[in-house]
Amino acid sequence: MENMAKSEKKNTPLLHIVKRDQGTVTWYYKLIVRAVAILAAILVSGILITILAKANPIEVYGSMVDGVFGSSRRIWNMLQGVAMLLCVSLAVTPAFKMKFWNIGAEGQVLISGLACVATMMFLGDTMPTALLLVVMTVVSVLAGMIWALLPALFKAYWNTNETLFTLMMNYVATQLVAWFLKAFVKNGSGVLTPMPEYGLPVIGGKAYLLNVLLVAVLTIAVYVYLRYSKHGYEISVVGESENTARYIGINVKKVVVRTMLISGAICGIAGLLLVGGTNHTISTTTVGGRGFTAIMVSWLAKFNPLYMVLTSFLLIFLEMGSQQISTDFRISSSIADIVTGIILLFIIGCEFFLQYRVVVSKNRKENVK
Amino acid sequence: MAKPIALECRGITKTFGRVVANKNCDLEVYKGEILAILGENGSGKTTLMNMVAGIYYPDEGQIFVDGQEVTIASPKDAFAYKIGMIHQHFKLVDVFTACENIALGVEDEGRYRLADVRRKVIEITQRYGFVIDPDKRVADMSVSEKQTVEIIKVLYRGADVLILDEPTAVLTPQETDKLFAVLRRMREDNKSVIIITHKLHEVLSLSDRVAVLRRGEHIGTVNTADATEGVLTEMMMGVKVELSIERSEPKNPQERLKVEDLHSVNEEGRPILDGVSFTAYSGEILGIAGIAGSGQRELLESIAGLHQLTQGNITYQDPKTGKTENLRDKNPLQIRDLGVRLSFVPEDRLGMGLVGNMDIVDNMMLRSYQKGRGFFLHRREPRDLALNIIEDLQVVTPSAATPVRQLSGGNVQKVLVGREIAAAPTVLMAAYPVRGLDVNASYTIYNLLNRQKEKGVAVIFVGEDLDVLMELCDRILVINAGRVTGIVDGRTARKEEIGLLMTKSKEEGVGEYGEK
Repeated sequence: MENMAKSEKKNTPLLHIVKRDQGTVTWYYKLIVRAVAILAAILVSGILITILAKANPIEVYGSMVDGVFGSSRRIWNMLQGVAMLLCVSLAVTPAFKMKFWNIGAEGQVLISGLACVATMMFLGDTMPTALLLVVMTVVSVLAGMIWALLPALFKAYWNTNETLFTLMMNYVATQLVAWFLKAFVKNGSGVLTPMPEYGLPVIGGKAYLLNVLLVAVLTIAVYVYLRYSKHGYEISVVGESENTARYIGINVKKVVVRTMLISGAICGIAGLLLVGGTNHTISTTTVGGRGFTAIMVSWLAKFNPLYMVLTSFLLIFLEMGSQQISTDFRISSSIADIVTGIILLFIIGCEFFLQYRVVVSKNRKENVK
Repeated sequence: MAKPIALECRGITKTFGRVVANKNCDLEVYKGEILAILGENGSGKTTLMNMVAGIYYPDEGQIFVDGQEVTIASPKDAFAYKIGMIHQHFKLVDVFTACENIALGVEDEGRYRLADVRRKVIEITQRYGFVIDPDKRVADMSVSEKQTVEIIKVLYRGADVLILDEPTAVLTPQETDKLFAVLRRMREDNKSVIIITHKLHEVLSLSDRVAVLRRGEHIGTVNTADATEGVLTEMMMGVKVELSIERSEPKNPQERLKVEDLHSVNEEGRPILDGVSFTAYSGEILGIAGIAGSGQRELLESIAGLHQLTQGNITYQDPKTGKTENLRDKNPLQIRDLGVRLSFVPEDRLGMGLVGNMDIVDNMMLRSYQKGRGFFLHRREPRDLALNIIEDLQVVTPSAATPVRQLSGGNVQKVLVGREIAAAPTVLMAAYPVRGLDVNASYTIYNLLNRQKEKGVAVIFVGEDLDVLMELCDRILVINAGRVTGIVDGRTARKEEIGLLMTKSKEEGVGEYGEK
């Protein structure tokens, strides 16, 4: 027993972790921690690039910036990328705030795009342009709402798992698009020729300007809705505690269904902008994983639509910058993915230092002497 | 008679963020004694013992076992030094039997043989006089039986120092007596028993010495033989406090809420409420006493429109118009729309009454956010209300924009009770409103309830401390396994009488409705 006591003694932990009092964390501390995290991420990925790709990291970062801001075309591409990603992120955010894990934005956007393309294809010639635009909008938004409504109803009335349900709905949407292309593309190539003649109008001579402006308006609208409306308040209460919601008489089922309808409607807008405003055609990969990346955008911004502008820019910057370095330095594109991963890891990891602090044991020092 | 010291703490300090839980605490326990650690809620009793048991690691200070300085970095270390703690919240596997739970996690050499475990368990029960069936599943046990399993678990691992955290909080007076008898037998067996409590009479009847903590500091240790309630209270509070609650006679009591023959079942179809009837009058405080989980929560929730009834009626009588309304099968919103001013302080403050991550202003809005026209929220009135409550009830908070989760328990409760009273209720229901609060905050709440009573509100108070119930309430309804076993006068009732009513129909299987 005595021997044991002595041997145990050496096990005094050097470090232990203590939770921070959130009241004492100042905004500039948060800023410093995040800035250090990004710098550290750049440093670590720089070392990795030097070792693995034998390239000068400063040039590599330069090429990343160049890939995003290098020309007015690139800047427009970046703005379009941010706008589309942000739009899908805005769609999932109300549901996430309610702790309804909608991971089916991919399918909700795709099915809206399909509805939009079908309208363009079959009704394009039958009505005046203005009316066609209205019909496209209504049909796309409705399609997104239906795709979101199904899991919401099942969740509200039979408490099914919304994560699985929305995920599965993605595959249904993909298969529907595949079937559509097979059935209605006459030449059998499976590739639908774009129909720009039925697309959304181009304003200011810039192809993406309309998308960017619409999403900017939408961002503010969603922010105001969540922060200042009675609906937004109900969403917060349901998300924080369903018991509290019941306690004050909120109809939880109604809020779940209503919020998912809004979520689906915004997905519908995203589908409309992607198909009607950008591609003028559809394929099974039109949404391109934005429905999943949006989850990250929303979480990183802690469900605040205004911060989401920054987080979607960050992700688009990393994506476009990585593509640029793979072409400029003929590095395998997986290096680019690794860099993206490292930067995200550091950004998410630094949250730990905002929540906790690490303390060096005083006991140990005493014991050593 | 100088007994050897079993365990000693020297200069223990522990902080959580800004909060100092323990400051420079010294403490020693002898072999073969019962030491009570006394202090108000939040005085650092449990934190200090958690460091001895290896749950937390002290920031500063030393711990000695049998005179040797030791490092206890995990519960496993604590067991190696023969220290075992029985926590307030039991850590048992529901589907396992008593024996299986006891054997769980023991790293003995050789094969695992349940029969050996069983033999040893029976040996321990006989030695100390426990009453337990070693083959009973934990899911079928009452709270008191579960506690017994936890104690045997610790003894099975050979603990010489036993720490019990508020062991009597969930027990009836009769069960408490049995537990104390067991603890005394352990003392005779030369074990050291540390009991954490804030109940003075328990300290006086059981312990050999009392260590008093106040705001994380060790104020002093006295021999129980030399102590009186007055001395201990003074040590606990710092100043002498008059421990009595004013109780006025009900003025002009009128029937306000009549509950008739309420029945309800849980998900498995077992009865939770089993024919509850009573009447609450204006201008009186009706207490509800019972063992935890006897249907108190469901009773209040069914009145508030949150719990589905299978049978029965709830009739509310409007004091102004004299009209009656049946509240059964109405949700909280419909009840409010009827003009019934029913306020409810639920047991689960941050999980039901308030939203922890929202600030005080937004929490004020919970009851009233739908007021005012239009699509948008109106935050001005709730902000004024929040500022008023902070000032009137002396809520300690950096600002009205602080998330309530960051406030201390007493301040959280002030915010909640403040909001519910601000609605000018005619019926006010409060479930365990002082649980976890220190004495000062508790008295603030009692005073608030008393003032509501004087205003003619029908107050329904669910409590766990019988002394408080008997000092505060005009009448006390005793509930047991979903049934009313008696309604007694708060001024004349005896504690033993209430205790008996709480346990009366035990053979009907109280354990079935025990805590999940």
